[in-house]
Amino acid sequence: MTSNNKKELLLEMKNIHIDGFSDERWHKILKGVDLNLYRGEILGLIGESGAGKSTMGKAAMGYTQPGCKIIKGEIIFNGTDLAKLTEFEKRKIWGTKISYVAQSAAASFNPAHRLMDQTISAANRAKINPTDVLRKDAVQLYESLQLPDAENIGERYPHQVSGGQLQRIMTAMAMSPRPELIIFDEPTTALDVTTQVEVLSAMRSIVDKFNTAAIYITHDLAVVAQMADRIKVLRYGEEVEESQTREMLSNPKEEYTKSLWSVRSLIKPEETNDDYMLSIKNIDAAYGSSKVLHDVSVNIPRGKTVAIVGESGSGKSTTARVITGLLPQTKGEIIFDGKKLSPKLEQRSKEELRRIQIIFQMPDTAMNPKQTVDEIIGRPIEFYHGVKGKERETKVIELLKMIELDETFLDRLPSELSGGQKQRICIARALAANPDLIICDEVTSALDQIVQEGILKLLQKLQKDLGVTYIFITHDIATVKAISDEIVVMYQGKVVEQGLKSKILNPPHPDYTELLLSSVPEMDPDWLTNLLNKRSN
Amino acid sequence: MPGDFATEILGQSATKSSVEALRSELGLDKHPIPRYFEWLSNVFQGDFGSSFSGRSKVQGDQGDRSRLVVELIIPRLKNTLFLTGVSALVAIPLALLLGISAALYRNSVYDRSATGFSLVTVSSPEFFTGYIFILLLATLFPVFPTIANVNEDTSLIERFYLTALPVFTLTLVTMGHMMRMTRSAIINILSSEYIEMAKLSGATRYEVIVKHALPNAWAPIAQVITINLAYMLIGSVVVEFVFNYQGIGRLMVGSVYNRDIPVVQACALIFASTYVILNLLADLIGIISNPRLLYPK
Repeated sequence: MTSNNKKELLLEMKNIHIDGFSDERWHKILKGVDLNLYRGEILGLIGESGAGKSTMGKAAMGYTQPGCKIIKGEIIFNGTDLAKLTEFEKRKIWGTKISYVAQSAAASFNPAHRLMDQTISAANRAKINPTDVLRKDAVQLYESLQLPDAENIGERYPHQVSGGQLQRIMTAMAMSPRPELIIFDEPTTALDVTTQVEVLSAMRSIVDKFNTAAIYITHDLAVVAQMADRIKVLRYGEEVEESQTREMLSNPKEEYTKSLWSVRSLIKPEETNDDYMLSIKNIDAAYGSSKVLHDVSVNIPRGKTVAIVGESGSGKSTTARVITGLLPQTKGEIIFDGKKLSPKLEQRSKEELRRIQIIFQMPDTAMNPKQTVDEIIGRPIEFYHGVKGKERETKVIELLKMIELDETFLDRLPSELSGGQKQRICIARALAANPDLIICDEVTSALDQIVQEGILKLLQKLQKDLGVTYIFITHDIATVKAISDEIVVMYQGKVVEQGLKSKILNPPHPDYTELLLSSVPEMDPDWLTNLLNKRSN
Repeated sequence: MPGDFATEILGQSATKSSVEALRSELGLDKHPIPRYFEWLSNVFQGDFGSSFSGRSKVQGDQGDRSRLVVELIIPRLKNTLFLTGVSALVAIPLALLLGISAALYRNSVYDRSATGFSLVTVSSPEFFTGYIFILLLATLFPVFPTIANVNEDTSLIERFYLTALPVFTLTLVTMGHMMRMTRSAIINILSSEYIEMAKLSGATRYEVIVKHALPNAWAPIAQVITINLAYMLIGSVVVEFVFNYQGIGRLMVGSVYNRDIPVVQACALIFASTYVILNLLADLIGIISNPRLLYPK
């Protein structure tokens, strides 16, 4: 964050145009973006998916993905125009002068090699130092990134360490040749909030320590606020605005920039009642021999929204599977609308099945790619209500209107829809059964902020109109604030607490809730610093 | 198979009683199921029985000259193993080399012609490929002999010379499949994120393929190699016939003609166990080459 000599220009990208080839034609991905970066400075690059931020980050190395090409523009790094260099010449810069930290560390490490060998491979190739010196240095980097057992962790294979550790090892790998510039491409997006805090602070301190310049790419403004000195906002391959971090946060000029954190402004007044649509009592569940739910009890009030929050592996999705009958519980019972549900799906009546519907996280994989919207939504109408022909069509169109689409979508395939539209179709499919309870399993996590807002508003409207009850499973606290009446916090297969939103979100908290809530990045550039100070005290 | 050893050997003019006599001598008059279990229990004790041919009653009164199945099979098996061994030594490295280089220069003229040519060779049956070789390298340009007639006294060098055409044929027939699978296994991996990461850390094209992609491709490659090894061993039936090579495939075909069941069964057993053992080997390679399976979490 702190850098005194901002005078010297390290990277200057001028008028970058990049085209990409997909769907049988060339599209413009970047339409003339400029970027300046000074030594020791961190620039945040933010935008939604498709904004071209990742393409821009890779272009800073003179690299384009297969199927993309640089049409125009200069990429002047240390006085050399990378756009003019051959592959062979660029390879001498990649990995040594400029290194790259990818989004998914789990997918970006080669599963066949030990972590140490991968950490030092670039420096080793460039013969920066003898191998044993590099190894010792790597161990020191592991230490300064606060990795456990720094001495030996490098001897492990990628599958043997956790996602947060892998992400830090990748940072060590990027730092090993002491590059002048590091590109961080959404490095914490795949991590849980509690892990994200550790990784962010580790990355920030090491970049500070070596005074390395960095480009930090993310869609999360609160995250970038902790990392960057300056922020540039991209949209549709063009620059929206750029300014110093503090100024950007306190005084964003463009409407678009303001809308980037719009979900965080969505607020719902909380309400509850004692009339439970669903109660699960003392549920245990297991996958094979590994027990994943321990004595879980949750009550879902009728017509309200209960958010289940927790990190990955906390058992929140498993709870959903037990409720739907996909995974029969080993102990405990489920009471739905006053009646006991049998654990197994096959033993539930069609009527019971109809009344509980589920919407999944990935609309891409939740729909049959060969079926049209009409077939996707029409099928539950036929199946549960036995409605056919004209009547069925009217019903499908009615549902499409409910989700703010229209009959022009009837013949479209899922591949012809945007991410937000797909999720709307999934919502319509759940509504087609006319259910009393809808389980929303991370329904907004794969979507951009603005699209998320639209989906959340739609869900709220539907609840008001139809009185449907929601169980909302998510790891995103901002979403929870926006939609829930009650909150259930889960950790390691157990319920930490359940209660009204205001009660859970405000202190006093149990330890875990405190950790979870305090890890959610806030729109304050000092948030991370303050948090770390507070935690170390 | 219609008929049995007795009717095949004694011919149509045989009297009923001589057929019956031969059958009872060979045990063919017993029910097939107990016969099978008798054979099986003998096999477990290492006794594959004796061949039906060469028996005293058949050959006239010249003493019992029937041979043990093992005696009959071993020299033939050695010949077949030699043929497939040499073919494998040629085909596997060549296939890997072509597959890796085709992946390296994907979509180039070289890649297209290599994959195109391999499709042709995979699609042509052995006997056709074999005859083409005979036509080219034995008839039009007499470089190699058409008949690969080896016996125990043939020297090693001479063996190589004699078996050149069958080796070429087996190589060509199996190489295409292995090459294409190697290529596609590597190309599949080339779209992974860790390959992009390797490129961005400055790895050369060669390094990307050999150090980063290949180690992750061993399992599918081993699978296709072992399938082709098994295919070579068993597919050599046709090649041995075309080139009149004294291998186990020819022995089996000849024994089928004669209804010489003990020999046929022993050959079938060898072929079947080859498949099982080679597949097991492929799975083992798959495990050894994958740290995820080798080292627990």
